Amino acid sequence: MKTTAVPLPTFRVERSTRTSWLGLVLAIAGVALLISLPWWGGEDDLRLVVEICYTLALAQLWNLLAGFAGLVSVGQQAFVGLGGYALFALTIIAKVPPIPAVALAGIVAAVLAVPTALIVFRLRGAYFAIGTWVMAELFSEIMGQLPDLGAGTGMSLPVAISRAVGATVYERETVLYYMGLVLGIGTVVLVFAWLRSRQGLALTAIRDSEIAAGSIGVNSARTKFAVYLLAALITGMVGALIYLENLRISPDAAFDVIDWTADIIFIVVIGGIGSIEGPFVGALVFFALRYFLADYGAWYMILLGAVAVIIMLLAPRGLWGLLSDRYDIHFFPVRRRVRLE
Amino acid sequence: MDWVNAIVQGALVGGLYALFAAGLSLMFGVMRLVNIAHGDLIVLAAYLGLVVVNATGLGPFLSLIIVVPVMFVLGYILQRGLLNFTLGGDILPPLLVTFGLSIIIQNALLEGFSADDQKLQAGNFETASLHITDQLAIGWFPFAIFLTALAVIGLLEFMLYRTALGRAFRATSDDSDTARLYGVRNRHVYSMATALALAVISIAAIFLAVRVNFDPASGPARLLYAFEAVIIGGLGSLWGTLAGGVVLGVAQAIGAQLNPGWEQLAGHVAFLLVLIVRPRGLFPRLVDG
Amino acid sequence: MTALLATSGLTAFYGDFQALFSVDLTVEAGEAVAIIGANGAGKSTLLRTICGLLSAAPERIRYRGEAIGSLSPADIVTRGIALVPEGRKLFASLSVEENLLMGQQCGRKGPWHLERVYALFPMLRERRHQPATSLSGGQQQMAAIGRALMTNPDLLLCDEISLGLAPIVIRDVYAALPGIRAEGTTLVVVEQDIARALGVADRVYCLQEGRVTLEGRPATLTREQIKLAYFGV
Ligand SMILES: Nc1ncnc2c1ncn2[C@@H]1O[C@H](COP(=O)(O)OP(=O)(O)OP(=O)(O)O)[C@@H](O)[C@H]1O
Ligand SMILES: [Mg+2]
Repeated sequence: MKTTAVPLPTFRVERSTRTSWLGLVLAIAGVALLISLPWWGGEDDLRLVVEICYTLALAQLWNLLAGFAGLVSVGQQAFVGLGGYALFALTIIAKVPPIPAVALAGIVAAVLAVPTALIVFRLRGAYFAIGTWVMAELFSEIMGQLPDLGAGTGMSLPVAISRAVGATVYERETVLYYMGLVLGIGTVVLVFAWLRSRQGLALTAIRDSEIAAGSIGVNSARTKFAVYLLAALITGMVGALIYLENLRISPDAAFDVIDWTADIIFIVVIGGIGSIEGPFVGALVFFALRYFLADYGAWYMILLGAVAVIIMLLAPRGLWGLLSDRYDIHFFPVRRRVRLE
Repeated sequence: MDWVNAIVQGALVGGLYALFAAGLSLMFGVMRLVNIAHGDLIVLAAYLGLVVVNATGLGPFLSLIIVVPVMFVLGYILQRGLLNFTLGGDILPPLLVTFGLSIIIQNALLEGFSADDQKLQAGNFETASLHITDQLAIGWFPFAIFLTALAVIGLLEFMLYRTALGRAFRATSDDSDTARLYGVRNRHVYSMATALALAVISIAAIFLAVRVNFDPASGPARLLYAFEAVIIGGLGSLWGTLAGGVVLGVAQAIGAQLNPGWEQLAGHVAFLLVLIVRPRGLFPRLVDG
Repeated sequence: MTALLATSGLTAFYGDFQALFSVDLTVEAGEAVAIIGANGAGKSTLLRTICGLLSAAPERIRYRGEAIGSLSPADIVTRGIALVPEGRKLFASLSVEENLLMGQQCGRKGPWHLERVYALFPMLRERRHQPATSLSGGQQQMAAIGRALMTNPDLLLCDEISLGLAPIVIRDVYAALPGIRAEGTTLVVVEQDIARALGVADRVYCLQEGRVTLEGRPATLTREQIKLAYFGV
C-alpha cells in the first residue's frame, strides 16, 4: 500500500463567536437599562421585571439540571418552598435581618438538598423525576406540621420585617427589585461560567454520553451532586426572595408544582433545552402568552402544555434550537468549536 | 383495638394504591415509559364515571361497563397517536410529554367541571361493615377494594404469563428488536399495554371517587401513591406492587392514628425508609433500566 | 421464473457509516446458500437488512417478486422469512417453551409446531419450562432455531449458528439442517467457518468490506479464489 502524506489542515479552537460579541454588547445595554428602571418605571414594571428575573433564574437552573447534567427533576418546588420557609424562620424566629436571610435561606436549601440527593440519586431516569416530586411533597407536609410557621394554613410576614427591607413602599420595591436583578443576572452569569469551566465541559460530556464520559475520567456522580446542590442553593434564594415580596406563605403555594416546576419546564422546553439562550426565549414566549391570554384561565395552561408537547415532539431543541441551526447564532457559546482554516 | 381496626382498614385500602400502581407498573415494564399523567388519567376516569352516572342513572360500579371500554380505547389512541412518538433511548421526551399531558388534562377538567369537589355515592355500602368481634369491624367497602385488587392483579398476572399477548409484552420488554423479528408489532403492543393500564385505572378511579372527594387537581397525589407502591414493592413484580400498596396503606393508617395530620407524611416516610434500606424494593424482579 | 429472494444494489448504513455497498444476491427456492466473510464484512448487516431491522429502498429487496425493502420486520416474517439472529438473542425472562411460542406471533401456519420442534431437538423438551438463560450454548442455539422454525418460514436465515460452540455441539446443531430443508425450506447460512459453510451449501457468496467479492458453486471454486475473496490477499 502506498502512503501519501496528507497535510494536516490548519485549525484553531474557538469559544467565542462573532454573535457572542454582539450578545455581550446587547447584554450590557440591556443591563444598564434595567439598572435605571427604578428612576423611570412604575411599581408594576418593577414587579414584573422581578418576576421575569426569578422565572429566568429558575429556568436556567432547571436547564442546567435537565439539559446539561441529565437530572430531570420535577421537584424543584421543594427548594423554592424551603427557601421561602427558611426566610420566614430566619427572620421571625432567629431575628436575622431580611436581606442576609435571603442568602442564608439558599444555604439552608442547599444543606437540605444533601440528604435529598442521597435519597433520590438512588433512582434512575424517570423514577428520579418522580422521586424528587415525592421529596417536595414530604417537605410540604413537614412545613404544614410546624405551628410556629403557620402549620397547614400558612402565615404572613410581620410588618416590622418588611419595613426592615425599606421604610417606604418605594424604597422596599426598589431594594427587592435590585435583589431580583442580581439573582436573575447572577444566575445566568453563574450558569454560563460553570458551563465554560472544566466541570462544565465534564457536564456536557455526561450529557452527550454517560458511559463515554465515565470512561474518560469524568466523575459523573460527583459532578451531578455538585450541580444538584448548586441548583438548590440558588433556587432557595429565589424562593426566599419570592416570599419576601409576597409577604405570605403557605405549604400549598410554596411547594406548588405548577408554579415552580411545570411552568419552568415549559419555558425551557419551548425555548430550547440544553442552551443558555433557550430559557430566555422560553421566558419571552411565556410572559407574552400570559399577557395576551391572562383572561382565559385554564385555556392558557392548556395551550402552554400543548405547545410544549408539540415542540418536544417536533423540535426537541426548542425554538432557540431552530433559530441557531438556521442562522448559526450563539450568544452564549459554551462549547469549544474547531474551525478549519 | 382502634389500632388493629385502623391497620386492617389501612391494609385493605392499600388495595386501592395497588390498583393505581398496577397500570404504571405495566407500562414501565413493557416499554420503560413512566407516565407522569397517570394520576390525572385516574381523575379523568373518575369524571367520566360521574358523567355516566349522571347521564344514565347507573350506580357507580355499574358505570364501569362504559368507563372501562372508553378508557381502554382512549389508552390505545393515546399511545398510538402520541406516546409512541416519545419512545427511544432518551428519557426526556416521554417525561416531558406526559408532564405536559398532565397539565392539559387538569386544566381541561377545570374548564369542564370547575374546581368544585365531586363524589360518587354508593349508599349504605360505603359505611356498612362486617363485625368480627365487638371491637373489630371490617368495612365492606375497603374489603371490596382489596378483593378487587387481588382479582385484577391475578388477571394481569394470568395475562402476562399465560397468554400470547403477555408473552409479547415480556419479550418486547426483554428485547424489542428481536421481538419484532417474530411478528410482534411494537407499536400495537405498546398501545395494548397502555389500553390495559387505563382499563385498570378506571376501576381504581371509581373506587377512589366513591371513597373520597375529588377535583381536577387530585391527580398528582395519586401518581405519587402509585409510584411509591411500585418502588416499595420492587420494579417489575405486580404482587410486589400489591404488597407496596398495602405497606403504604398501613403506614398512612398508623400515621393518621398517631395524629390526623400525619396521614400523608407517614406514607412518604415509609416510602423513604424502604428506599434507604432496600433501594430495589421489597420484591424486585426487573433489573432497573 | 423469479428467484425466491433477490437483492439488487442493496446498501445499508449505520448512521453515516456505510456497511453494505451495492450487494446483489439471489436465492432460488429450495436452495441452500452460504454467505462467508471475515469479521465485520457485513454478513449480519445483510441478513438484518433483509429482515427489515435496517431500512432499505423498497425495490432493493424482492421476495417472490414483491418489493419488500421498506416493510417492517413483522410484515416480513409474516411473508415467510425468518432469522436466527447472531448471538441467539433468546428472550431472557421467557421459558424455553415460551421462546418457541414467540415464533407463532406472526400467525403463519405450516408443518412446524411445538411437537415437531421437540422431535427435532429432544433436549429442549426436557427443559421446556426452564428459563431460556439456563440452557447450555448449544441448547440455546437449538431453541433459537426452533423459535424461527415456529414461524413456519419458507426462507430461513441462520446467522453464525456455530458461534461460540464446541465442535461436537456444532455438529449436532448442523445435523438439524437437512431435516429443515426436507420440509422445502430454503436456507441461507452465514458462517465464518469456510469448510462448514461449503459443506452445507449449494452455492456460496463471499463478502468483504460490504461488497460481494465472489459467488459460485463450492465444487467449482478454488482455494485461492476463496482466499482472495475472503481476505483480500
Ligand atoms: N449497530 C452498529 N452500529 C454501527 N456500526 C455497526 C453496527 N453493527 C455493525 N456495524 C459495523 O458494520 C460492519 C459490518 O458489521 P456486521 O456485523 O454486519 O459484520 P459481520 O460480517 O456480521 O461480522 P461478524 O463475523 O463479526 O459477525 C462492521 O464494520 C461493523 O463494525
Ligand atoms: Mg455477524
